[in-house]
Amino acid sequence: MTVWDDLVGQEEAVAVLRRAAALGSGALAHAWLFTGPPGSGRSTAARAFAAALLCDTGTGCGTCHACRTAVQGTHADLRVVATELLTLRIDAVRELVQAAQRRPSTGRWRIILVEDADRMLERTTNVLLKAVEEPPERTVWLLCAPSPEDVLPTIRSRARPVRLRVPPVAAVADLLVRRDGVDPAMAAFAARAAQSHVGLARRLARDEGARTRRREVVRTPLDLSGPTDAVVRAGELVDVASEEASSSTAERDARERAELLRTLGVEPGRAVPPALRSQVRALEEDQKKRATRLRRDVLDRALLDLLSVYRDVLVLQLGADVDLVNASMVEDLRALASRGGPAATLGRMDAIGTARERIQANVNPLLAVEAMCVALLPEPVGAA
Amino acid sequence: MAQGTRQQRSTSRSSGRSSGRSSGARGWREAVPAPLVLVTGTEQVLAERAVARVTALQRAEHPELEVVGVDATSYEGGALEAVASPSLFGEPRLAVVTGAEAPAERFEPDLRAYLAAPADDVVLVVRHAGGSGGRKVLEVARAHAGAVLVDCPPLKKDAEKLEFVGLEFEAARRRIAAPAARALVDAVGSDLRELSASCAQLVADTSGTVEVEDVTRYYGGRVEATGFRVADAVVAGHRAEALALLRQAVATGLDPVPIVAVLAARLRQMVLVGGSRGRGDEVAKALGMAPWMVDRTRRELRGWTPGALGAGIVLLAETDAAVKGGGRDPVYALERAVLALCDAHER
Ligand SMILES: Nc1ncnc2c1ncn2[C@@H]1O[C@H](COP(=O)(O)OP(=O)(O)O)[C@@H](O)[C@H]1O
Ligand SMILES: [Mg+2]
Ligand SMILES: [Zn+2]
Repeated sequence: MTVWDDLVGQEEAVAVLRRAAALGSGALAHAWLFTGPPGSGRSTAARAFAAALLCDTGTGCGTCHACRTAVQGTHADLRVVATELLTLRIDAVRELVQAAQRRPSTGRWRIILVEDADRMLERTTNVLLKAVEEPPERTVWLLCAPSPEDVLPTIRSRARPVRLRVPPVAAVADLLVRRDGVDPAMAAFAARAAQSHVGLARRLARDEGARTRRREVVRTPLDLSGPTDAVVRAGELVDVASEEASSSTAERDARERAELLRTLGVEPGRAVPPALRSQVRALEEDQKKRATRLRRDVLDRALLDLLSVYRDVLVLQLGADVDLVNASMVEDLRALASRGGPAATLGRMDAIGTARERIQANVNPLLAVEAMCVALLPEPVGAA
Repeated sequence: MAQGTRQQRSTSRSSGRSSGRSSGARGWREAVPAPLVLVTGTEQVLAERAVARVTALQRAEHPELEVVGVDATSYEGGALEAVASPSLFGEPRLAVVTGAEAPAERFEPDLRAYLAAPADDVVLVVRHAGGSGGRKVLEVARAHAGAVLVDCPPLKKDAEKLEFVGLEFEAARRRIAAPAARALVDAVGSDLRELSASCAQLVADTSGTVEVEDVTRYYGGRVEATGFRVADAVVAGHRAEALALLRQAVATGLDPVPIVAVLAARLRQMVLVGGSRGRGDEVAKALGMAPWMVDRTRRELRGWTPGALGAGIVLLAETDAAVKGGGRDPVYALERAVLALCDAHER
């Protein structure tokens, strides 16, 4: 057994990381940049690398105390930061920079793992930059981002790149069967529908609700005939995403609040004393930001699912010999493919991409999705 | 240079100072009890705050404080002396004289006489609401050593009104988001009394930080008034009017973002109503609209094809991206969209 066992489909990256971990201390790069699409396993790979560096036996055995705590993110010499907010806070990063100055306590390295290095404002990045530029001898930075372009060039040029690829569908399906005990047919469906996003595939395989929601989303092109459908459908897509996002945050928000109040020593049901209110408010603001990000992410996921439909349509129109993501709706896909040519399909894919970009750029999500649905209509509406 | 410094000070939150105040006077937030407190300036709301503040501070010191009112306009000789003379039980007193801008004849000599030997434990507040009347009263009061002079000129700048809103919320131990405060000032900021009442209503009716949505819900009609008028002209295809209204709105500082939102909401409604068959009231119920709105929308729909509406939505999404920073010139993007929408209307 090794820490690399569960990292499927990333043989190349794993080989590089293993070699680096086995090297003596002098030669190790002090900053690494893990890139790949969300769900490709950047966080997983970075943690495995941290474990390999901290391993008691020096091999990444996966069984020693250091390996296990590193993979869990609880090792004393490993700091993991992730954010569920829209951006990483500058004070969190300042604190990391301080932590990076300390010598390792038990292990050979002090490792700082930043899971969302792309979710930083420029001035925050500049705080980070100084630390990455001149790291103490025993400090290693592991940064994760979707692509190298998502971090500032100054950071990029100082970090060693590790590119993760989209793992093959079969490898993901195999993992679901092996590790999560999913039935092989379901695993194959889920891996394909999730386009190899391991976390998502697991959710699709195990959660009937997630499958139903996806089915609704991918049906969208079939339900659109005129502008009214476009507006109605857009409203549904946005609502479903909001509901899904809030159902997963509501309970957690309440729990966090109760926990904070307990830590502050406020009895349940009692008013919060004025001196403590700013802390409660800070939590509420964070929760609000987190909900915004989650709503965006869930909606983005739906748009990616929709994109996969047109990708399949394009595959059929071009007669390409590639597996369909949505093989279970092949008849519908054929009907859509017969409606027009590849150029029109590419135009629709562009419209989906534009909507995704706009939502990230803070355009009203409903309006962005409405415009997208209008662009997906069978008959073009012309220009206003 | 000096100008810049003054402006800076007038917008700084903590000082509570306001521009245009007469020299040597302080703002209402710095009003404190003194043997004589003179409150000048035409902003009645702030003057009331000043008086209330002095009263509250004095009462904190002397819980048994007795407050009496004196109307200077119908003043009869000797009244001040009576107020200032110790009561039966010797409670400290606070007398509020109003109407000093139009005093009756005997007031000024009595005031002068009283100030020559003011009573212990009495706070005399004189309110002069502005104008040229009662000039002598002002002279007497200002000449009195140790008088606290409070001036309450009207809040002219938006920054001052924003500060006022912030303070109102602070006093209620609540918070309002900056964009929400701006929307509130836009909507009801021309009248300070209305502004303060609106703050009180928001404090009472909402919880947590007050956001733009809350303001829109309560004062939406007014917040979006200009956006609505632009939208009315656009859906009627009135090109020149739409453009004039839009320029006027932008000139008065209205943010393009809510205008885009109002236009999009309007087109969305038209698409939904246009796609619904049946009686007006049934459609209204199904879409959660007011019946009159459905009727009006149906009339407006006569100039529009479904395709034109769809294209309009596409255009507005592009415009929203432009006004939110994706483009160089948000106002130009909005003007272009408004014109294109008017042209999409069939004459
Ligand atoms: N290549 C992989 N092999 C095994 N599991 C993976 C792989 N990639 C992702 N996962 C699983 O999918 C989920 C998301 O992975 P994560 O590492 O957080 O992805 P990323 O950081 O790239 O978004 C986790 O539950 C992780 O265990
Ligand atoms: Mg991750
Ligand atoms: Zn180990």
